[in-house]
Amino acid sequence: MTRVLVPLPVVLPLLAAALNVLLVRRQSLQRVVSVLALGGVLATAVLLLREADRSGATVVQLGGWAAPAGISLVADRLSTLLLAVSSGVLLAVLLYAVGQGITDGRRTTPAVFHPCYLVLSAGIAMAFLTGDLFNLFVAFEVMLVASYVLITLDGNGPQVRAGMTYVVTSLVASVLFVTAVGLVYAATGTVNLADAAVRLQDVPEGVRLALGLTLLVVFGIKAAVFPLFSWLPDSYPTAPSPVTAVFAGLLTKVGVYAILRTQTLLFPGSPVLSRVLLVLAVLTMVVGILGALVQDDLKRLLSFTIVSHIGYMLLGLGLASTAGLAGAVLYTVHHIVVQTTLFLVAGLVERRSGTGSLRRSGGMQQVAPVLAVLYLLPALSLAGIPPLSGFVAKLPLLQAGLADGGALALTAVAAAVLTSLLTLYAVGLLWSEVFWGPVADVVPDADRTDSVVVGTARTPRLMLVAAAAAVVAGLAIPVLAGPLYALSERAAEDLVARDAYVSAVLGDGR
Amino acid sequence: MTGNLTLALLIGVLYGVGTYLLLQRTLTRVVIGLGLMSHGANLLLLAAGGSAGAVPFAGSTDGGAGAGTADPLPQAMVLTAIVITFGVTAFLLALAFRSWLLTGEDAVQDDVEDRRIAALEPEEHPHAARPEDEA
Repeated sequence: MTRVLVPLPVVLPLLAAALNVLLVRRQSLQRVVSVLALGGVLATAVLLLREADRSGATVVQLGGWAAPAGISLVADRLSTLLLAVSSGVLLAVLLYAVGQGITDGRRTTPAVFHPCYLVLSAGIAMAFLTGDLFNLFVAFEVMLVASYVLITLDGNGPQVRAGMTYVVTSLVASVLFVTAVGLVYAATGTVNLADAAVRLQDVPEGVRLALGLTLLVVFGIKAAVFPLFSWLPDSYPTAPSPVTAVFAGLLTKVGVYAILRTQTLLFPGSPVLSRVLLVLAVLTMVVGILGALVQDDLKRLLSFTIVSHIGYMLLGLGLASTAGLAGAVLYTVHHIVVQTTLFLVAGLVERRSGTGSLRRSGGMQQVAPVLAVLYLLPALSLAGIPPLSGFVAKLPLLQAGLADGGALALTAVAAAVLTSLLTLYAVGLLWSEVFWGPVADVVPDADRTDSVVVGTARTPRLMLVAAAAAVVAGLAIPVLAGPLYALSERAAEDLVARDAYVSAVLGDGR
Repeated sequence: MTGNLTLALLIGVLYGVGTYLLLQRTLTRVVIGLGLMSHGANLLLLAAGGSAGAVPFAGSTDGGAGAGTADPLPQAMVLTAIVITFGVTAFLLALAFRSWLLTGEDAVQDDVEDRRIAALEPEEHPHAARPEDEA
């Protein structure tokens, strides 16, 4: 039964996207199709998660081709957990986007939001589920091509400038990915992750390290790891808020997931890679948050916090212990929800004040107290204030670092604490500039032809409800902290004990 | 697996030239550079499948690549990669054209941050661009 469900998170959105292309002129129908498709994906993901947690990974060999030759889809604890969280986030952002009205076509642009958004979600689902390195490349491309269209949705000056940076950087990463796939194939004769994990044991240490580092660079670009992050704060903020929100929450996390999966499965226990990851974690956390402190634009500031907090996930991975990995998994879940929420709220703030500039806005808590509450909860959570989700997610990471006890691990823990404090400073800065102070004049909409309406006191209820739902989802994480951490721990144990994954894929299950 | 020196050199040259073009300021050169680089990557993937000249896999009935047949897997993967590169390059060209329509020049635009720093008043920022640099 569950075998049938595994390909659904990819197939459903793709079919719905095709249907939505046909429905370009029937926008109300487009909405229904998209919501139904993503709702279906969410339900499937929850079912798969329950099944994976109860009875281990479900493996499907596509087209009936057995594992090393064909493509395998693997639904284990880690992939289904992330899939379930991301499909929930995707659904909330979709409702927000519909509420904002950016999904409708205009005179200049046809209604392509829905098909692209669905293709994006299919790509994300495929990246989580695939058990094949080349198929992972295809999943990345499916996701990225859709994101190219979404990031340049209006085709105006700033978006095209930012889109160019984004597309070229992503393409370079893709070329490197093909290179890495070629090298892995040359070294092992397979691209199936489970098969490669077995065969890489016979590959000389130096070659294995080179392959590991090449893959780390590829996914490091996607995940915006220092020093490969500079494209992110430059390109994300120009897109409409829901698009930025879903990119911020999900695209970088797909990169993190790919790092998690490949490093634990293909290159376990390499001390060099662990050390590299820890150093990168420290630099990513500190440099990212220092960048955030000097920004004047709401969404640019938040974009730098994405970069900074990717470092926490690398920290957990670099510790290479079960506790560290469990912390990284839990942190990923927390960060997907909270970062997306912050961008959704930033969109609401911009709509109200008419500008993303910190200097030109102020007094928002008097004008819109609801927005102030919606901002403050995820912002404090990002900074790791107890008892919010950031605290719950950081605690196991810091504990794992202290348990490790090495000089590098302790440095990383110190950097993590420092970054938390600086994050609090950054979100506090944003709070005092935007929400406190004298009430600033509403800045009129500079570009009335684009899809994003700003500088209006009228907020569609659907936007507010979607953002509020995301905030509530963030609040649910600390409430469910016990079971969620236990689940992350089981997922981390799966990652450390690779044999279960390998035998599930290669074994004679069929 | 025997290596093919000509192919290896060609792949190296494609990567080299691609990287050089990618670092240029002209958008068209960036597009061409990316095209060359991805050709290099595709060739690398193909070369990973073994030397050329073996009989194709098609028509063999033993269910697996027997001795002497060419490895079909890299070929299938390269085909996929080529199609993806083609589609994305088309999108990139459209984007470059749009950029040319909007700005009137075929060049990579300055980073937002750089422009902000350059726009700072000289007394505010001693290393800011001098007025003659603006032209």
